[in-house]
Order: sequence, then C-alpha cells, then structure tokens
Amino acid sequence: MRFVDEYRSEPAARKLLAAIARSVSRPHTLMEVCGGQTHTLIQSGIDELLPRSVSVVHGPGCPVCVTPLEMIDRAIAIAGRPGVVLTSFGDMLRVPGSRTDLLAAKAAGADVRVVYSPLDALKLAAAHPEREVVFFGVGFETTAPANAMAVRLARERGLGNFSMLCSHVLVPPAIEAILSAPGNQVEGFLAAGHVCAVMGYHEYEPLAERHRVPIVVTGFEPLDLLEGIHRTLRALEEGRHGVENQYRRAVTREGNVHAQRAIAEVFEVCDRPWRGIGVIPRSGLRLREAFAAHDAERRFEVAALEVVESDLCIAGEILRGRKKPRECEQFGTACTPEHPLGAPMVSAEGACAAYHRYGRGA
Amino acid sequence: MSDGEPREPWAGLQCPVPRSAYPSVLLAHGGGGRLTQQLIEQVFLEAFRNPALEPLHDGAVLEIAGARVAISTDSFVVRPLFFPGGDIGSLAVHGTVNDLAMCGARPVALAAGFILEEGLPMADLTRIVSSMRVAAEAVGVPIVTGDTKVVDRGKGDGVFVHTTGIGLVPPGIDLSPRAARPGDAVLLSGSLAEHGIAVLSVREGLEFETSVVSDSAPLHDLAARILEVGGTALRVLRDPTRGGVASALNEIAAQSGVGMRLDEASVPVREEVRGACEILGFDPLYVANEGKCLAIVAPSAASAVLRAMREHPLGRDAAIVGTVLSEHPGRVFLRSRVGGTRVVDMLSGEQLPRIC
Repeated sequence: MRFVDEYRSEPAARKLLAAIARSVSRPHTLMEVCGGQTHTLIQSGIDELLPRSVSVVHGPGCPVCVTPLEMIDRAIAIAGRPGVVLTSFGDMLRVPGSRTDLLAAKAAGADVRVVYSPLDALKLAAAHPEREVVFFGVGFETTAPANAMAVRLARERGLGNFSMLCSHVLVPPAIEAILSAPGNQVEGFLAAGHVCAVMGYHEYEPLAERHRVPIVVTGFEPLDLLEGIHRTLRALEEGRHGVENQYRRAVTREGNVHAQRAIAEVFEVCDRPWRGIGVIPRSGLRLREAFAAHDAERRFEVAALEVVESDLCIAGEILRGRKKPRECEQFGTACTPEHPLGAPMVSAEGACAAYHRYGRGA
Repeated sequence: MSDGEPREPWAGLQCPVPRSAYPSVLLAHGGGGRLTQQLIEQVFLEAFRNPALEPLHDGAVLEIAGARVAISTDSFVVRPLFFPGGDIGSLAVHGTVNDLAMCGARPVALAAGFILEEGLPMADLTRIVSSMRVAAEAVGVPIVTGDTKVVDRGKGDGVFVHTTGIGLVPPGIDLSPRAARPGDAVLLSGSLAEHGIAVLSVREGLEFETSVVSDSAPLHDLAARILEVGGTALRVLRDPTRGGVASALNEIAAQSGVGMRLDEASVPVREEVRGACEILGFDPLYVANEGKCLAIVAPSAASAVLRAMREHPLGRDAAIVGTVLSEHPGRVFLRSRVGGTRVVDMLSGEQLPRIC
C-alpha cells in the first residue's frame, strides 16, 4: 500500500538499525513523547532491535492518560444527570475514575456515547434540542483545532444545548517540565509529528536552546521512528543540540496557521494538572470567556468531588519516563487492560497497554 | 443546570464486588475477546458444565444412535441490518453453517428464531427472510422450524435473528481446538477483516466511502474439501469471527498448550481494507470475518491443503501464515514487517460492538 509500505520495509529498517549501531559510542537515553510512537515502537518490535546501550523511554504524550482524575469523575457525574448525553472518544470510557468509569456508568443507565469527531456530537445536539449534549474534549494540540471548530459552530448555529468538558493539554510545557525535573536522564527527544503538523516546530527551538538538547520532529511509521532515533543519536554523539525535522512530508516550521488561529480564537492557555504528574504551569487550554455558554464545567455545577487515586498505580513515573511498565509490581497482575488501575493500561496510546498487548512483560 | 447532588445510580454497585467480576454486563462481554471468554467460563461453563460443552468449540459433537451429530447455535444482532455484501438474514445462515463446518460436520438442517421490534417495516422483514432462504438454498440446508416473538417499540433494535443448526460428522473426522501440535502449519483461507470493515463503513456516525464488501459466505464446501485433502493431518478448523484471527489463535494456543508464530507480511489483507484499518486505527488481526477459516495442519499435508484451498473459489487468497511452536504455550507471537517480534494477545475490550 502506497505511503505505508515504504515506511515499513525490512531492508530499509535493517540499514537504519546498522547505522544506529555504528553511530553509538556510549549509552544514551531518548524519549519519544507521543503515545502513538510508543505503540509503533513496541508493535513493530523496534525496542528490541535497538542496541542495548540505547534506552528509549516513553513520555507523557497520551492524552487519555494525563487527563486528571477529577475531570473523569466530573464527566461521570455530568453523565449521570437526567437529560444529558455525554459524548467522548472511545478510549476515555474505560479509564478508571475514583470509583467507576464511564463504561460502567453507561451500563448502569447513563447515556454515554462514543463519537469519532466532535462534529458528530454537534450533530447529535442539533438533532436532539431537548437533550444536553456534552463532548468530553481531551487531547493535545492535534485534536484542539477540530474541538475548537465544534465550539465555534455551536455558537454560530445557536446550539445552546452543546457544551464541551475541556481537558486539553500542550506538549512543549511537558517537555520543559521533564527537562527541568531534578535527576532527569533524558538527553534527547523525538517530538510528536502530528502535534507539529498543527503547531509547527518553532516553539521547540527555545526549549532545545535552553536545555541544550536535540529534538527531532518524528513521524509514526517504523522507519520514521528509526530515522528519528538515528538523527537524535547522531546529534548527541556529535555534541549538537537544536531542532531537526524528520517528518518533512507532514510538518513545516510554521505548522498549520489556520488551525492555530482556530485554537487561539476559542481557547486560552491555562495551568493544568496532569494525572500522575501534577500541575504544569501554562500547559493546558480552556475555553475563552466568550464561549462560556458552551463550557460544560461552568454549565454543570458538580458537588465537590472526592478524588481517590489508586495508591498502587505508578502512572506518574511511567508518564515521566522514570520507569518502564514492566518495572511496576502491578503490571499484568493487579493491573490489566480488563481491570486497569491507571489510565496508561487503558488507552490506545498508553505505554502500559502497549507493553501488555504486545507481550513486553518481565 | 445544577440540580443538587449528582445522581449516580451505579454508585451502589461498586464494592464489594470482587475485582475479577463486573457488576453488570458490558458491551465488551460480547466482543469475542477476553471478557467474552471470561463470561463463558465463569458464568455459562460454570453453570452448564458437561463433557460436550467443555471443549468450547464452535459447536458440540454428540453420539446419537451411532451417528455423530454436531449442533451449533448463534444469535445475530448486527447493526445496521443491511450492509455491503450481506444482511442479518444471510449472516445468520452463514454463521451457523460455518460453525457446523468448523466441527467437521456436513450441515443437515437449521432452525431460526426471530425477535421482532414493534414497528419494524414489513418490507425489511421480508427482505431479510428471503435473503435467508437464498442463503440456505445455496448451502442446500432447509430451515425446518422456527419461532417468532415481538417486543415493544424501543425494546429491541428492529430484528434479532437466532439460528441453530445440526450436522453430521463423517467417520474418522475428529477436529478439536485442543489438537494443535508443535510444527503444524497455520493456514488462512483468504484476506482478513472484510466483514468488520464493511459493516463499519455503513455504521451510523461513521459512514465512509469504500468498495469493501463483507466476506459473509458459507464455508461448508471449502471445509469439506480441506477435510478430504487434509484427512487426519487436519487438526483444527476455526472461523475467526468476532475478535478476529488474533483471538481465535489465542484460544487454540491456550487449549492445545502450544505457542504460535505468525508472519505479518504473509497475512493476506486487501489494500482497501488495510487502508481503512490504518485510518481507523484497527489491527486487521482483530477485525471480524464471516467467510474465512483457519486450518491447523500437520506439516506433511500443509502444501496439499493450501493448494486445495486455493483451488476453491472461497480460498483463492489462502496462505500459510504461521507455525505452531512447542515453547511459550498459550501465546501467539508475530514477526513484524520490519523484522521485530511482538505478542499478539486476545482482543481486550470491545472493538466494534454488534458486528454479527
């Protein structure tokens, strides 16, 4: 299949692996930020084909994983209100809240529906003016433009019964937090290609400069990842820092300015707690005052939520790349995709789910 | 919008239910993956345990008055009722015929039950029933008895169909999901994931343009041919429906106490299907098929069975996709296109609800 097979060719992969092996003279630790890349690494078995001295650790780039527990509890509480239809991307449904998850809420009678686009939630709101349609808007810069569009269209079309529970997060502040953390081991980053397709990569340049690290904008196919890893390692070996763009077929320095404009019109930057990590300053997006009528957090008053995080789950250390999923005592025993203790075991982009699904246990 | 305390009708259902059990049935319990397996083992097998049920094959084989009779039963709740390449009626015939065929049986007769929702257009019902007739006639198996119930509007979803079939297992045939042996070849009769993707392409809220049609087809004739050529070298036949090839092979690996290795590059998937899977984020190994079978065959007979499959119209794209291993019992591995290795686990959760 064109545009896919050429990025999965075994001979090309062998060549890159050989080049990687030749380029490494000492141990290195890299981080791929995006959960989609984590899955490609494990799914294609690249993690086990790399030289032992190269450690690729997995970052916080799984939107479902970092959505704060309080927000999930809030979504569950809102879904339980009469007349509410709670719409969400499928992954969110199985993420454990303090006491239950959205899927169990659905089985118990709440109207929870999976949508594939926020615009589908908008359609639902137009078709059911008697219902309150709430869209659970999570994600990084990649999903933000479409979510912004949905809110903007809701206002234009006068759909007063559409609102968004917004839990958007941003990548650069997370990288900043990882690099600034005491004891950080990560020497270089693979930046998430899809986020950069929207935002460009200029915002990573000051980061790379300040912390003197290489950041390589990388795609999602096996050969993209191998090339991204190779370029990061080469920069480290040569003592270079700065931003490089491996994913040139999709990413420019400036990104998609129309999408950026849509985000800026609807959202503003705010401090945001990341599940397992804590509050990262200026790392989230919330709806602007002008769109308050479509802000589910303001529309639905929820009594104080008593948030109870599993004391067994080490998601915070997983999401910061401090530990690998197989180093967790609960991995595969108390915590499985059927009975997750934490979000990284649930999401299609969660590192624990990837390790479990593709048999990277102890 | 506040109305005081948030209502949480499910809150009382949480603890003290053990972590291994769900307080209520989830859609994923019908997904054909791990939760389905748990449901069957912990609820149904626990209650009904008997030697004919225990192998948990697609059907049971009973000795009745000197004959070996296979019996299989299946419910169909696919949404929408009509999809490219078939409808709930033809699917209900093929599904049960195929389950019988996977037991090595020649289908003899079918029974059909209908749960109709008040308000279902009579034209839809007629179309479904006539599609069943055409499908049954093509197999040469009569629908000999049936039942009809009607439920109030809103309490069903148009129509649910249930079929039960009986068939005769010829002497000398003994297929079992417990029979795979190290060294055996894993054969697949054709390209994957067409049923799941075809149904999905017309699913409300997700309609997309594609030329993919469901592979829904009766496998009795292909199975008979495989049995004829494979003889005693044929160990297991299985149609990878819900949960896909991944879940079917995991079940066989667990029941036979063997490992398996697949080669990703040799698994046939049509270009349009691969494209749809890429876009939707599905792994074709987990998507449902309704007209494909897996055959696990002793190495000596593998190439003859492959040839026989390819000569049959429903097996033209057949391929040897893997091998049975002695190590790693119960686990299925896959060699990826770029040469890495990963485990192929059972489907966890639900991929596409109500696909059949």
